[in-house]
Amino acid sequence: MYRYDVIDKALVDERVAQFRDQTRRFLAGELNDDEFKHLRLRNGLYLQRHAPMLRVAIPYGLLSSAQLRTLGGIARRYDRGYGHFTTRQNIQYNWPKLEEVPDILADLAAVEMHAIQTSGNCIRNTTSDHLAGVTPNELEDPRPWCEIIRQWSTFHPEFTYLPRKFKIAVTGAPQDRAASLVHDVGVHIVRGAEGELGFEILAGGGLGRTPIIGQVVRDFLPREHLLSYLEAILRVYNLEGRRDNLTKARIKILVKSLGVEEFKRRVEAEWELIRDGGLVLTDAEVARVRGYFQAPPYRALDNTDPAKDKDAAFRAWYRYNTAEHKVAGYRVVYISLKKPDVPPGDATDTQMELIADLSDRYSFGEVRVTHTQNLLLGDVEQEKTYELWQTLRDAGLATPNIGTLTDMICCPGLDFCSLANAGSIEVAKLINQRFDDYDYLYDLGELDVKMSGCMNACGHHHVGNIGILGVDKGGEEWYQITIGGAAGADASLGHVIGPSVAKTEVAETIARLLAVYVEQRQPEERFLDTVRRLGVKPFKERVYAAPAAA
Amino acid sequence: MPRQLLRDGRVVDDDWTYLADGDPAAPQAAVTSGGLIIPFDRWQADKAAWLADTRRLGVALQPAHKVELLVPDLARFELVAAEFPGPSDGRGYTQARLLRERYGFRHELRAAGYVRQDQLFFLARCGFNSFELPENELSAATAAFSTFSAEYQPSNDAGLARKLHHR
Repeated sequence: MYRYDVIDKALVDERVAQFRDQTRRFLAGELNDDEFKHLRLRNGLYLQRHAPMLRVAIPYGLLSSAQLRTLGGIARRYDRGYGHFTTRQNIQYNWPKLEEVPDILADLAAVEMHAIQTSGNCIRNTTSDHLAGVTPNELEDPRPWCEIIRQWSTFHPEFTYLPRKFKIAVTGAPQDRAASLVHDVGVHIVRGAEGELGFEILAGGGLGRTPIIGQVVRDFLPREHLLSYLEAILRVYNLEGRRDNLTKARIKILVKSLGVEEFKRRVEAEWELIRDGGLVLTDAEVARVRGYFQAPPYRALDNTDPAKDKDAAFRAWYRYNTAEHKVAGYRVVYISLKKPDVPPGDATDTQMELIADLSDRYSFGEVRVTHTQNLLLGDVEQEKTYELWQTLRDAGLATPNIGTLTDMICCPGLDFCSLANAGSIEVAKLINQRFDDYDYLYDLGELDVKMSGCMNACGHHHVGNIGILGVDKGGEEWYQITIGGAAGADASLGHVIGPSVAKTEVAETIARLLAVYVEQRQPEERFLDTVRRLGVKPFKERVYAAPAAA
Repeated sequence: MPRQLLRDGRVVDDDWTYLADGDPAAPQAAVTSGGLIIPFDRWQADKAAWLADTRRLGVALQPAHKVELLVPDLARFELVAAEFPGPSDGRGYTQARLLRERYGFRHELRAAGYVRQDQLFFLARCGFNSFELPENELSAATAAFSTFSAEYQPSNDAGLARKLHHR
């Protein structure tokens, strides 16, 4: 993985010093609330319902064991013993003290981490495929490009006060595991006419109040021009994006109002003027960054079947919580943070430290964060998965539910977030209580449930196969249900099935949706495909046919 | 007493005078040592008269103004001021880079309006060389130019775009 050189290190240390001074000036009354807001937001610090929330950047979701250990230590020392992993592969702490935040940032800087640009109207953490570099069929590892974007976007002097936040996702495989179609910019590694690698560039995707699937702005961009092209997009957006209305300020609204053709024309016109300037990426620079992402020293092994003759619990875990690796004898291992009685995406201090230790023992000291709020070890020898599983199981980290109904994406909701209209953690718990039969979950197969506590859609509900949106109805928490959304390469937005339902009826509503699916599915058909084939109608009819039994 | 500002790293008296939107074009004698900064719209509305004016002239841009419109007459101006209406509007950063890098503006480029020490590093890197800071920040602000000792992007603070920082 990328390691800081003297320049990266100096910048992060200097940022800590800068923010320490800004915090001091705020606490001394030299900066007012609004002035400090713009400064703290560029350091990931929100003032929340109960306490400040600090969001720490995990560039493209990649952590060293030392970094994860530090995150666990911070959870214990400065928080209440846990952290929350987010859909943008970052981690959030919900209970830090404002005056201790500079100390937390200093602890992070010691392990090459920071909270730079994890909030505010600037270029946020660049996210990527959590299987980057280990999945069998990718064209190229996207992470070196993410790192190149990270450096270019860090403290970019021109783009630190954009109309609104700006999120970039990069993928290198045909499958899109980074939800790139609902990002402000999606970068896809693709092959050009001569077989050379370059990028397809999409823009204008996003969720929130106005969900939109991103559109292609350029079919093929030669690789040396990645940064100049991003700069052209950002420059058009910085000048032309709306600043009069916060809910219309994202780039998706600009692309939509101009039309993608006119937006593209403006970007290309700007790009023509800067493409051969100082941002051209040399082969040497790309090679330098790529050098940090070399494959670890794999052993020469054959593929085996570690689940053979093992107990059913291990077999289920191996089937659902591990995935194919491009190197024979190795396996990708998901660590589920979706234990039924735990808020989705949360990990405790000791769990983080344990996972750090396990990564040292089993996976070359690296851990990844998935955008579905789980962790994973990317390079585990197949023959060691059984002993790894035993340890994970004992720590409550082997819930065998990856990709199933209970592997829900879920925002912190009303319990923590000052924006939320409704709770999400409690609903997740109710759903888990209702669907606790693993045979049934496995029979349902691949199913993405995504839940947000408000329109801001941090839980990506629009692109859930089943989406759950918390709404406020006369001071009560209600939930609007959508079906048919998807976040992958075939991304689509879900359709609302009808009037919102009460908190106690969410699980029953899902049960009715699934009953229709089980009755009507064709062999091998996923829930998503059945919804696409049949439309919303039969699902809607079943849900609203009769009141839910109490 | 003239107000002070930070120019080229030093605290100096502001020798320029703003012409407010409603003011009549001041008599030539009113501006002696420095020059007169006119609003973009007034220059647009009466270009011929301003081009014939013998005083030193500057122009004040609002965030929505397109710098491209200045280009034909840019040689006439010895100062461009970009107004920052508050802590969140970042269009002036792009205006500055365009003026410096694309249109070769070499004279004073001034950050006006909401300008604080916390923005100075970025403003300077986009090409601003003078800063209308609040009085109580003037002396401390010079340290802000060295908040960071390195950068990841091609820089403009030397007046010339440098190559992308490679190592």
